[in-house]
Amino acid sequence: MMGLAKVFGILLVLVILAALLTWVERRLLGLWQDRYGPNRVGPAGLLQVVADMIKILFKEDWVPPFSDRLGFILAPAIVMASLLVAFAAIPITPDIDIWPMNGIGLLFILAMISLSVYSTVLGGWASNNKYSLVGALRAVAQMLSYEVFLGLSLLGVVLQAQSFDLRQIVAAQAGLWFVVPQFLGFVVFMTAGIAAIHRLPFDLPEAESELTAGFHTEYSSMKFGIFFIGEYVGIVLVSAMLATLFFGGWLGPVLPPLLWFLTKTGAFIAFFILLRAALPRPRYDQLMAFGWKLLLPLALLNLMVTAAILLAT
Amino acid sequence: MYSLLRTIWLIFLHLFHRRVTVEYPERKAYLAPRWRGRIILSRDPDGEERCVACYLCAVACPVDCIFLQKGELVGGRWYPQQFRINFSRCIFCGYCEEACPTYAIQLTPDFEMSEYDRHNLVYEKEDLLISGVGKYPGYSFYRVAGLAIPGKDKGQAENEEPPFDPKRLLP
Repeated sequence: MMGLAKVFGILLVLVILAALLTWVERRLLGLWQDRYGPNRVGPAGLLQVVADMIKILFKEDWVPPFSDRLGFILAPAIVMASLLVAFAAIPITPDIDIWPMNGIGLLFILAMISLSVYSTVLGGWASNNKYSLVGALRAVAQMLSYEVFLGLSLLGVVLQAQSFDLRQIVAAQAGLWFVVPQFLGFVVFMTAGIAAIHRLPFDLPEAESELTAGFHTEYSSMKFGIFFIGEYVGIVLVSAMLATLFFGGWLGPVLPPLLWFLTKTGAFIAFFILLRAALPRPRYDQLMAFGWKLLLPLALLNLMVTAAILLAT
Repeated sequence: MYSLLRTIWLIFLHLFHRRVTVEYPERKAYLAPRWRGRIILSRDPDGEERCVACYLCAVACPVDCIFLQKGELVGGRWYPQQFRINFSRCIFCGYCEEACPTYAIQLTPDFEMSEYDRHNLVYEKEDLLISGVGKYPGYSFYRVAGLAIPGKDKGQAENEEPPFDPKRLLP
C-alpha cells in the first residue's frame, strides 16, 4: 500500500512538475532575455500550463496517412515511459524511493535513458518525412556517440563509492560531494546528459531552424504534447541524477532531505534553461568532433586517474 | 571554451537587468502626433466637410482601400456622397493624407481598431467623419481657393488678388 502511494505520488508530482516546467522555462527565458514571458493567465501566468493543455487536447490528433501507424503512435509513449520508469531508481530522500533495483539502480537508469532514443528514432522513421528522418538520423548518431561517455563519466563515481547503488553513492558523499574529486566526470556527464535528452545546445534532432521540428515534425495534439512533456521529464531526470551522483543528493545541513534534493535538482533545471538562453546550437560535425575528440578522452582520463589513485591508496 | 562560459555568465547577469517589455494594455506607448494610424475625415472651422471628392486619395492609395462617390451641392461645391475605407486593406502609408489638397483626410495616433469580423473593418463615411478640424485648425479650403462659391466670388479669397481683366490695357 505504502509502495503504491509512493509510485503514484512520484508519478503525479513528476508529470505535474514536467508540465509546470514549460511555464518555468518560458518565464526564466524571459527573465534572461529582458522580457516577461507568459504572465497573463492566472497569477504570474501560472495557469498558462492549463491553457496550453486545453489547447493541445482540443487539437486534431492527426496520424498522417503516409506514416507507419504503429511506430508513429508508439514513439511518444516510449520516451515518456522509459524516462518515467528511470525515476523508480532515484532515491529522493532516505525514505522516498520506489525500488532500489538490488543495487544496480545506476545501470537501470542508464539503460532507460538509452531506450528513450528509440522514441526519437521510431518517431522520425515512422513519420515518413524527410525532416523527421534527418532528425532521427542525427538523434541516433548523437545518442550513440554521447552514450559512450554518459556511462564512462559515471564510472569514476562508481569507483569511489564502490557501488552501483544510488543510495550508497549518496551515502559515500557524506564527507565530500563527488563534484570535487570527480569534477571532470561531472562536466562530461552534464554535457552528455544534455545531449542524451537533446536539450538546447545539443538539440540537433529537433533543430527548429533547419529541420522545422526534426523528428516530431508530423506530430500534433497530445502526441506532440507527450514528446514535449517527455523532454521535460528528461531534464528533471538528468538534473536529479546530477544532484544525486555529484552533489550529495538529499545530504545537506539544517533543511530536511526532501528540500535539499528539490533545491539541487531545481538549480540544475534552471541551469539547463540558462544554457538554452545562452548557447547557440553547434554544427553537426562540431557536435561529433566535440564528443569523440574531447569528451571521450576526458572521460577515459578521468576514469584512469581515479582508478590509479584508488589503487595507490 | 572560455567564450562559452563567458556567454553563460553574461546571460545570467541579465537576471538583474531591467525588462524592456512595455506591458501594453495597462501601459500605452507614446505615439507621436504625426503617428500614422486610424484615418479620419475632418471638417473646416465652419463645420463643413473639407473633402471635395477629388479622388486624389483613392488614386494615391497603393492598396486601393479607399472608395468614394462624388456628389454636388447646389452652389457647385463637391462633396463625397459615399466615403468608404477598408481598413483590413489599409497599410497606413499616409499617401492619401499627402495627396489630399484640402487637408480633409488625416491619419491619427490611434491603432486600437481590432475586430473579430473583417466586415467591421470597413469604415463608412459616418464612421470616418469627425466633428473637429484635426491637425490643421483654422484651415478652410474654400476660403483660400480661387473657386467661386455662393457668398464668395472670384478674387475674394484670402491672399487672392482680384482677377485679371484681360480687356484692360494697363500693365
